[in-house]
Amino acid sequence: MSASVLDLRNLSVRFTTPDGDVAAVSELSLSVGKGECLGIVGESGSGKSQTFLAAMGLLAHNGHAVGEAIFGGVNLVAADESTLNGLRGDKLAMIFQDPMTSLTPHMKVGHQLTEVLVRHRNLKSTAARDRAIAMLRRVQIPEPERRFEMYPHELSGGLRQRVMIAMALLCGPELIIADEPTTALDVTIQAQILDLIRRAKEELGTAVILITHDLGVVAGMADRVAVMYAGRIVELGDVHQIFNAPQHPYTKGLLACTPRLDDATASALVTIPGQPPNLQRLPKGCAYHPRCQNVMDRCRAEKPPLMSAGGGGLKACFLENFGRFQAGAVVP
Amino acid sequence: MTSPLLQVRDLKVHFQVRAGGIFFGTYLPLKAVDGLSFDLSAGETLGIVGESGCGKSTLGRAILQLLPATSGTVAWLGKDLTALDRAELKAHRRHMQIVFQDPLASLDPRMTAGDIIAEPLRNFETGLSSAAIKAKVREMMEQVGLLPSMVNRYPHEFSGGQCQRIGIARAMILKPKLVVCDEPVSALDVSIRAQVINLLMDFQRALNISMLFISHDLSVVRHISRRVMVLYLGRVMELADRDAIYGKPRHPYTQALILAVPIPDPDKERAKPRVLVAGDLPSPLDPPSGCVFRTRCPRATEICARAVPVLESAGVGHEVACHHWRD
Repeated sequence: MSASVLDLRNLSVRFTTPDGDVAAVSELSLSVGKGECLGIVGESGSGKSQTFLAAMGLLAHNGHAVGEAIFGGVNLVAADESTLNGLRGDKLAMIFQDPMTSLTPHMKVGHQLTEVLVRHRNLKSTAARDRAIAMLRRVQIPEPERRFEMYPHELSGGLRQRVMIAMALLCGPELIIADEPTTALDVTIQAQILDLIRRAKEELGTAVILITHDLGVVAGMADRVAVMYAGRIVELGDVHQIFNAPQHPYTKGLLACTPRLDDATASALVTIPGQPPNLQRLPKGCAYHPRCQNVMDRCRAEKPPLMSAGGGGLKACFLENFGRFQAGAVVP
Repeated sequence: MTSPLLQVRDLKVHFQVRAGGIFFGTYLPLKAVDGLSFDLSAGETLGIVGESGCGKSTLGRAILQLLPATSGTVAWLGKDLTALDRAELKAHRRHMQIVFQDPLASLDPRMTAGDIIAEPLRNFETGLSSAAIKAKVREMMEQVGLLPSMVNRYPHEFSGGQCQRIGIARAMILKPKLVVCDEPVSALDVSIRAQVINLLMDFQRALNISMLFISHDLSVVRHISRRVMVLYLGRVMELADRDAIYGKPRHPYTQALILAVPIPDPDKERAKPRVLVAGDLPSPLDPPSGCVFRTRCPRATEICARAVPVLESAGVGHEVACHHWRD
């Protein structure tokens, strides 16, 4: 096991709202190894984005994080703004879902790119320009010199996301956090962007945290996968184990209810009954128990901690010997 | 073979887009839908797939006469809808419904769930007593999996999945013959998406509805459709039975689309040939000459720039618009 790049220890995120506190993330511990791609899967409200916004110090003003997020010996949760500013965009980069809202609309693409180099690398503007254009070329943006002078709105969604990736890669980060980087894009463009991220990981050895709701994207990209539900990790393991032998009923349910391109049957999809819980009124015990078909008395009373699931994986479930998942099989 | 319920012939929807200049700007035609023809039989689901800007939503709206067609015909049971006036059209509307993508935005925030579901009845079955309407709404809510006790709640009190159930109840309450579903599950979470897909398929079978299922998600379309039409920049690239489209795609665009969809299986996904479609969608205001896909096509040759490929038969019920589909 290589040394970890980011270590989350007992990280919790709460939001104060007029209707009371919302526990978005609860006591989450997780680490990402050097050069590893960790997939974070979950539905809306599972806390998958808030976990890493908290680690980056980018929570909304009513959000509050406790716990630790250790990156390069620094606890990001407790770090002050100037320490964070020194790391973000340099050793720690982030790519968001919507490149239009994460690029500054009134600044030329080139300026936004060179700013990073001037700030973190003290480059002169001509040197920065050369580096930025080289990076645009590297992420396969056609006519990089011309795009350099353009505003974000003049670019297509796919090109904007390439600019975001170029910006993220400029300083050779140790970790890229990509939050639904391809959700807003068409499939052919998604394939191009995923290929770029994969190459950054392989050629530059950058660790990647890939947050997504798309199980297909994770299957192709991730080395390990964490499945989140209601602010907690319910299963964590090697990508093959998660997909071929999921040990948590929620993981199994998610896989079974996803329509697959390689599945020619048109029978009714397996569904997970009900809907994700309200984070302000989480059920007692396991948060998934009202939707779980394997629920036991114990699940209603006690919160299952993360425990060994065999094969190096972890699961938060009291069930033992949960059967091997077969594609297309009905969840018992 | 029953005669088709819906016959679309050479349908074109062009928009005029102002290009440059505040006072004397010129207008360019944006050919959102450019000469589409197809039939839809009773009880059939036709999936319409394509990426942003391919004209799939415009097509759905033009068929329902929510957008005026520039030319071409949309024949409903043999009658051309594009030639009807408002009153005549209204009589047909009760048979044609739509389910939208954004479940919350497509519901009036000031109406209760009950009123939203009852609205089609109030418009088209004016003879019904309010007690009868209430009973029908109750029954409909149960059918779509909503608690009838939620009848007086407002859209914002429901989750996205529940809002989509309200939208489906509204579309189905008149027992329509044709339903256009425009990305009905794209905004929903995975676990909710499966529930809504099953619900739509149940209605489709129970009422023998003809369905146009518009989506960018090829996996969902495979699951729900009998036939599939692939669009690119307003034109049909390929139209065939579901198994032919997914099993033996002929058009390079269809092949590329299918390869680009990630499969939730690490072994299969990693073993897949990594062929990327180069480049970006060209501007629809300035589409390429000849075949619109040629700028991104790995098989493009000189003829593709010169001649627009016509739809040719590549098997029973299988049509392809490509100069090189035989290669």
